[in-house]
Amino acid sequence: MTELLQNLIDGLGRGSIYALLALGIAVIFGVMHLLNFAHGELITVSGYVSVWALGAGLSWWLLVPLIIVTSVATSLIIERVAFSRVRGANDFTLLLTSFGVHFVVSAIFLLYVSASVKNFSRPGWVADTYSIGSLNIEVFDTVVIIVTILTLVGTTLLLQRTMFGLALRAAAADFDTARLMGVKSDSVIRGAFALSGLLAGIAGVFWLMRAGSTTPSAGIDPMLKGVLAALIGGLGSLRGAVLGGFALGLAEVLLRSRLPGDLASLTEGVVFALIAVFFIFRPGGILTVATAERV
Amino acid sequence: MLEVSGLTTRYGAISALRDVSLSVGAGEVIGLIGPNGAGKTTLLGSIAGLLAPAEGTVSFDGKTVTGLSPERMLRAGLALVPEHRRIFTDMTVEENLKIGGVTLRASERTGLLNEMMELFPVLSDKRDTPAGFLSGGEAQQLAIARALMSKPRLLMMDEPSLGLAPILVDLVFDLIGRLREAGTTVLVVEQNATRMLDAADRAYVLRSGEVVASGTGADLLARSDLFDTFVGGH
Repeated sequence: MTELLQNLIDGLGRGSIYALLALGIAVIFGVMHLLNFAHGELITVSGYVSVWALGAGLSWWLLVPLIIVTSVATSLIIERVAFSRVRGANDFTLLLTSFGVHFVVSAIFLLYVSASVKNFSRPGWVADTYSIGSLNIEVFDTVVIIVTILTLVGTTLLLQRTMFGLALRAAAADFDTARLMGVKSDSVIRGAFALSGLLAGIAGVFWLMRAGSTTPSAGIDPMLKGVLAALIGGLGSLRGAVLGGFALGLAEVLLRSRLPGDLASLTEGVVFALIAVFFIFRPGGILTVATAERV
Repeated sequence: MLEVSGLTTRYGAISALRDVSLSVGAGEVIGLIGPNGAGKTTLLGSIAGLLAPAEGTVSFDGKTVTGLSPERMLRAGLALVPEHRRIFTDMTVEENLKIGGVTLRASERTGLLNEMMELFPVLSDKRDTPAGFLSGGEAQQLAIARALMSKPRLLMMDEPSLGLAPILVDLVFDLIGRLREAGTTVLVVEQNATRMLDAADRAYVLRSGEVVASGTGADLLARSDLFDTFVGGH
């Protein structure tokens, strides 16, 4: 029982980060049907900014807002440089473009920085734990879960209460009709990339705090987790993406602690296999979105 | 107010509209009738900016607006109630209306929203209901109210009575009458041709992408060569 509760807390901590990444991917998929395989690059860029900023003596407290700003700005720049040029193209073209962005960003760091791992110091409290009864809880997980909940509440309010949120939802439901109502396609797409960058920035802060290092291909792992979580949840559904993130985090932690010794190191592979089986039974994900009529 | 001249719109190699010209004066109610596949929806889409015409011009208030994006056409004062209504089914009635008024300032939007609730009491009762739960007639009223939220000077409607029970068709035509009294210019595509000719100041008959006749309702009804258009359209 205690072990299960322990797993649950660990899984929520891990899943929180995946949920934020998946939500950012779902927001963009909603408005432009782009499955963004370049989403992890926001963390790659933030990672190198962290190396540089911490090396220059900046504290983590100041690095946190810097990472978030970097992530939002990078997201907007990528939209302007790459995705705005293929707007309205078919889904496959969009997909290939996002792969292209991923390779270009990695190549830039590979060529102009270094192929080797760059380390930076993690904040001291990341490894701290505290106990409640027989539970050992990481301070880090606690912070991650609280910040994620606040972020999700904030995002919900943004989507429900503001005109930008309404426009984003309308555009995701039916882009042409939203434009007929006067929703500006430029603003809503840029807004979606900004929101996606903001969510990735918050996730990126935690991702980098835990990793303490970056490489030119550091974006692949967070991208894969985010994309998978969005797919598990049901692509196009924002609520699904969040659920998918938590489900993926919990599955990873549960398997890692329950699999027999030899298999535990293969947790990733086992998770992928389980996801494959899951998609056989529910190809549309947890929350299947009714396919909107496309004209 | 609206001048369309020599408009040709193609889907690939096929011309869905050929050299279409029409004009709508301020305050007029204009009908657009013709059989299925005549190009009526294509014509409205080409005017509203959803489709890019290959040739010809559209001018609104004397300014050439050919090929402008839908969001700019709306800001110019032209709104379209699209075919099949296309309401946002996952959003509430109120949210749908707010999106209709996305170009307005917040205070103005709230004021107009309340006006719509008075004009369409059905919507007032279902203010917080997801629009997907509305009946066909309610959904049509929402689609029209949503378009009116932008305070258009020209309202275009694509088949507003399609799929509605007779009593609701009456309601749609009654609404067109009220819009006319309020001074809104209206361009309506209708499959209910005789009804439309009765309600409109003038009408255009479209067939195979071309305007084959135009005139007042009485003129058109008297033309026996158009008989199939009026009764055989559907």
